[in-house]
Amino acid sequence: MTAILQVSDLKTSFRTDDGIVKAVDGVSFSVDKGQTLGIVGESGSGKSVTSLTIMGLNDKRAATSSGSVVLDGTEILGVSASQLQEIRGTRMAMIFQDPMTSLNPVKSIGWQLAEAVLVHNDVTKKAARDRATELLEQVGIPNSERRVDDYPHQFSGGMRQRVMIAMALINNPDVLIADEPTTALDVTTQAQILLLMKRLQDEYNMAIIMITHDLGVIAEVADDVVVMYGGKVVEQASVGELFDRPQHPYTWGLLGSLPRLDSRADRLEQIPGQPPSLLRPPTGCAFHPRCEFVFDRCRSEVPPLIDFGGANHLHRCLLGDGMRQEIWAKKKAAMKVEAA
Amino acid sequence: MFPFLVRRILWAIALFLATTVITYLIFFIIPADPAALACGKACTPADVARVKHSLGLDLPVYQQYWNYLVRLLHGNLGTSFVNRQSVNHIIGSTAPVTASLVFGGAIFWLLLSIPLGVYSALHPRSVGDRAGMTFVLFGISAHPVWIGLILSYIFGYVLRNFVIHTPIAGYCEAISPPFGSSCGGPVQWAYHLILPWTTFMVLFAALYVRLVRANVMETLTEDFVRTARAKGAGESRVMVQHVLRNSLLPVVTILGMDIGLALGGAIFTESIFGLPGLGRRVLTAYNQNDLPVILGVVVFATVAVIIFNLVVDMLYAVIDPRIRLA
Repeated sequence: MTAILQVSDLKTSFRTDDGIVKAVDGVSFSVDKGQTLGIVGESGSGKSVTSLTIMGLNDKRAATSSGSVVLDGTEILGVSASQLQEIRGTRMAMIFQDPMTSLNPVKSIGWQLAEAVLVHNDVTKKAARDRATELLEQVGIPNSERRVDDYPHQFSGGMRQRVMIAMALINNPDVLIADEPTTALDVTTQAQILLLMKRLQDEYNMAIIMITHDLGVIAEVADDVVVMYGGKVVEQASVGELFDRPQHPYTWGLLGSLPRLDSRADRLEQIPGQPPSLLRPPTGCAFHPRCEFVFDRCRSEVPPLIDFGGANHLHRCLLGDGMRQEIWAKKKAAMKVEAA
Repeated sequence: MFPFLVRRILWAIALFLATTVITYLIFFIIPADPAALACGKACTPADVARVKHSLGLDLPVYQQYWNYLVRLLHGNLGTSFVNRQSVNHIIGSTAPVTASLVFGGAIFWLLLSIPLGVYSALHPRSVGDRAGMTFVLFGISAHPVWIGLILSYIFGYVLRNFVIHTPIAGYCEAISPPFGSSCGGPVQWAYHLILPWTTFMVLFAALYVRLVRANVMETLTEDFVRTARAKGAGESRVMVQHVLRNSLLPVVTILGMDIGLALGGAIFTESIFGLPGLGRRVLTAYNQNDLPVILGVVVFATVAVIIFNLVVDMLYAVIDPRIRLA
């Protein structure tokens, strides 16, 4: 299977008053049709900027990007604004974190959905509106015929995220980028939205890039996972590999901070310290100030992305293979993942 | 809608009573004798007493106020102490002048400030933005009297031999000029108002440029604008359909309030350019202690403010779907 979206050595930096911020620093991954790639990391890890760069939505006055983004065989990084507009909403669509603010408050949702149809297709307003109603129906909004004329404030958060999904899918895109689509929703609604996205992914056979800070969401929907820290990929593997044999101390920390019903640990593990400043990143490994297994080389050497076990499992840790397996075995036991 | 209107009208009545009471009280605190002023220098004390009686000034204050309210209910604003002219007539002939100045000025300041504000917001820190912000600073700091005099000097005197010179004083009726007036018709009306409009609008234009700029900049960072771009909408479409519509909502509110307020009389502008509007008329009335005229203008201004606020509220319900009057 060929990848529908191939991102290679993507770098994005922002010019600010205090200096250059390297928000994304050499990220590579690919997604196949019908597959879901999860990008996980904490605030400021560069996961959102990665997605905005792919969509070409960064502020052009402040951001510069390099590398390559190939969509279905065509390079789209750095193409003209009008070419990007043609791609956005048709080949690639995006949904955002906060459904409360992502819809225009003074336009009916029918208008906003129809707009997505009308900017790309030469159809009548009536046809666009019918398509809008149809999509609302598909994402599970009851009485869609009537609700199409309602305004965003007349919908709940979960319903608005459904509207956002309907808007993203209305032109049948190849790739859907979801930037923390469930973060602002309550837990039951989260599950419904994830389920809906999975169902629609099967129907439309699209690739999904799911950006989240929640490994629970990753476990639920992703096929492959990219773990980002300080603008770099620190670990990259299939979801099974990542949960079974994580190789990077940061990933261990993320897994340890995940609450589990089958764990008898009294306290969740936490990663001490703050995410690194992207303006003045730490020398060597960006994670070293927070890493409990830090040694001399970590402070001076930027670890390369190296292969582990040959199963497309990459990581950026300088600890020896044997040492890492030993530590993970101990951690796993401590977390009591294997419930008694 | 209906309960909202009833509530607003009750409020309006309370507001109205409060304004007239305060005007009345201020008037009686001022140590001046309107009867003596109205009568003239040659009057004997007996004459003054007679005038006082005929104007109703010998009654207790509350009685005078009550009589005033009763007359008002019949739509009668009273007669001037000084020249026995009906106040209804005075307002009726001066209000159109002020309205011409205010509405014309409002059109000009909107035409100037919306494009300028939007441009500044889209190109922050550019040369154009800095020029715009300099204008804002100038417009807010410069006094209308000074602006009026400078404009009169340039367009009325320096350029007097050129086509672009303009009249520096006077007013022409747009429709049916009175017999014997020197000019009339819409063209002369507008011609005589060019400088007053310009002078009057500078302050508002400056304030509105800043308002529009700030609102547009804020709206540009809204998530729904990013959503619009993400669905492939072009920049001009994003601007018109998503940014402008949302960022001009607050402008509507403030515009309604400003117009209502300005209708009470643009005293400075009217004085410099000799426009016979409400502001200039009320200034004369103050000097003559002509209470009925002062009250007439206050009543008119209060009603204008109330009506324009009501119009804004109702308009808002139409243009912002989140607001339902209840």
